[in-house]
Amino acid sequence: MSDQKTKIQEAHKDESMVIQKEMIAEHYKRLERAPETKEPVVYTFVPGNLTELIRSFGCLPVLPEINALQSGMRGKSRGYIAEAEKRGHSEDVCTYVKCDIGMAMAGNIGPTGTKIPKPDLLLLSYTGCYTFMKWFELLREEYDCPCVFLHVPYQGDGEIEPEHREYMIKQIKDEVIPALEKISGRKYDEDALKERLRLSVKAEDDLVWVLQSAMNKPSPIDAYFGAVYYVGPIFSAFRGTEEGVNYYKALRREVQGRLDAGLGPVAPKGPMAEEKYRLVVEGPPNWTHFREFWQMFADENAVVVASTYSKVGGTYDFGFRHNPDDPLGTMGDYCAGCYTNHNLPGRIDMLCQYLQDYEADGFLINSVKSCNSFSAGQLMILREVEKRTGLPGGFIESDLVDPRYFSAANIKNRLESYLQMVEARRVGASQKGMSA
Amino acid sequence: MTPSPRTQIVDWATEIFEDLDFTASMKWLDDHPGSKAAGFLPVYAPKEIIHAAGMLPVGIHGNGAIEIIRGDAYYQSYICHLPRSVVELAESGRLDFLSAALFPSTCDVIRNLSGMWQIMFPDIYVRYLDLPQVADPVLGAKFWQRELNVIREELGRVAGVNISDERLRASIAVYNEVREVIGQLYDLRNRQPWKVPTEELYLLLRAGEVVAPEVFMEKARTYLLAAETSGEHIKDRTRVIIVGSFCEQPPLGLIKTIERAGCYIVDDDFLAGNRFLTDAVPVEGDPAANLATTFTSSAIKTSVLYEPDPDGKKNLMQQRAKAAGADGIIFCAASFCDPALLDRPMLRDGAEKAGIPCIAFKFAENSGQFQQFREQAGTFSDSIKLWGEAS
Repeated sequence: MSDQKTKIQEAHKDESMVIQKEMIAEHYKRLERAPETKEPVVYTFVPGNLTELIRSFGCLPVLPEINALQSGMRGKSRGYIAEAEKRGHSEDVCTYVKCDIGMAMAGNIGPTGTKIPKPDLLLLSYTGCYTFMKWFELLREEYDCPCVFLHVPYQGDGEIEPEHREYMIKQIKDEVIPALEKISGRKYDEDALKERLRLSVKAEDDLVWVLQSAMNKPSPIDAYFGAVYYVGPIFSAFRGTEEGVNYYKALRREVQGRLDAGLGPVAPKGPMAEEKYRLVVEGPPNWTHFREFWQMFADENAVVVASTYSKVGGTYDFGFRHNPDDPLGTMGDYCAGCYTNHNLPGRIDMLCQYLQDYEADGFLINSVKSCNSFSAGQLMILREVEKRTGLPGGFIESDLVDPRYFSAANIKNRLESYLQMVEARRVGASQKGMSA
Repeated sequence: MTPSPRTQIVDWATEIFEDLDFTASMKWLDDHPGSKAAGFLPVYAPKEIIHAAGMLPVGIHGNGAIEIIRGDAYYQSYICHLPRSVVELAESGRLDFLSAALFPSTCDVIRNLSGMWQIMFPDIYVRYLDLPQVADPVLGAKFWQRELNVIREELGRVAGVNISDERLRASIAVYNEVREVIGQLYDLRNRQPWKVPTEELYLLLRAGEVVAPEVFMEKARTYLLAAETSGEHIKDRTRVIIVGSFCEQPPLGLIKTIERAGCYIVDDDFLAGNRFLTDAVPVEGDPAANLATTFTSSAIKTSVLYEPDPDGKKNLMQQRAKAAGADGIIFCAASFCDPALLDRPMLRDGAEKAGIPCIAFKFAENSGQFQQFREQAGTFSDSIKLWGEAS
């Protein structure tokens, strides 16, 4: 186990990953300096984040889910979760929350080793996840700071009504903007916001191009494990920034290069030589054993060509782009369209669409204990997608950042069995074709 | 010997509670040809609108006694028990009599169950109820009024009834009475808990979830009168509040166990939807607007709604303990219940800082062993009696 980990740690890094690492490091340094530079700090969530608006007030965003997942990847989450549980947080609830609270208790040292300042404002964008509400109620007690709430109606009927949109716009106008004005001392500047939204569109276009490059055979990217890096900047602090635009330009160039050379994705141990299976994945990854998890797929030459997790911060590949001409309305549209704000039938449609568009061999669900927003109903998703597409589905269970729930042998067994099933169907189909 | 009216009512409620086939609701449908029934999940649903459509509102609270055969195939082990028994009830055909189902925004499990229902039962009306969460009551009421009017129109279509203002006002008046009588029952239990064992109160309320409100009120009033005049004597017990059982319901055995371990339950969260609105809804004027504004102005403090007051969570237990005259708090949440378990550290911290003794345990609706609960509740009660005053 430890040998395997050591080998995996000697990982190949794409150029875009290096660029991203530098961007993130710089952002965290800036956050660390915020108490001196007086840049206000706003904590918010990935789904339904209003990064352009936050940035237009000169504020710095902090995404607690990203800190938690980074803690998971860096082996810190076990201790943080234990601290939170010692303080009375139930073993049953979301481990992102406990990891974040544990991190705060341990001095709030972020993933790059720098201190993350306390929030000046908690912007609770209530989008697609009940736990978000409790998470920021808990952080409000932890930090004794103001919290502004944005209620994003859920797409229970598969769509957002005009009245829902107006409801969100009114909240942004009457609640969110005044709260940002108060902590920043700046007036709302719509032109500045529009300019940021224009930058967002550029990055969104390039991200979609990158994600959809997986329609090629072989796919030049892994649209699950690889995509979590690709969506990092746009889901976090860099949407609506020049750095974000430049990152996605570089990423697109890099993927174009791989495409031109007919290369597959770069997995933890290096480039994948063969694309034997094309899969769609539903659900977030496990972060505590991320590279090990990814390598299990790579060892089987299985490439993920589309994933739903990479849409939690926006379903851009279904056509959404921020509209600079309607800055507040477009933010409402964005929030309402995030993946977990879609109802179950909508999520099933999306998976079926991916399986078709990306010519996948099947789909896998990684069901995480922590996240009922994702997980409740996934067994029905499994059955329905199988029924509608005729393609085989697999089911794996793990957790986001609690290493106690990652059983490598179990997951490997399930994955191998699943791929054998895909193979058997493939052989069966080809024999049927020959005999016909 | 004829049983007393009180015993008859408790027997009636017990029979309904133990009946997994919703016979009482089916009977109502038989007695009202052409009428329909609409189910609702916990915690809060506007029953007034269902009633105004001429439909029978039916609370779908799962059931710990049902053997789960199909329900487990839909849920992973780390998801609470309620949706399993709800799916089991549905898949076994026991909910086939429902023409509509409403799923409030209690948590992500119930939210996602609304989507599952759309797939499993495409022929029935399914609606997710996005309760207003914003701090601004005017904006929240406007949003909720619009949602209520959508449900009103759509349920009316299902029932084949135009839900006029007049009809809705009449149903609001009915549910004002229901809330009033439930308030009286809770008030009597609080003042004289030896006269209203929570086991009986719970059974009565649970029966009220599947019968017409008019029937419930008649039974509740009779029970109230009988309880008020009963000759039960006070026992040396500790007064406790049960917090966190607002969605998945504890097994009846657990409620009995807590009381028999030496506690009087003087406030609780059981079937909280019945007491969600603390004020009567005005019956004059626009009825949907009245329902909406009453919601935003008088909804209880609960884990399923955002708490805009930064001190709200830390003060809540102190306020409830004071109002109920409670000696201690038992946090009693269903396993894997996000709303209750995520709230618990904040609530407990506030309670303990206010010097209120607390214990916590978890249950599932199908928990069958109560020994550990008896020991915990008994020890808790004893410790309060022995050292409560001293501390």
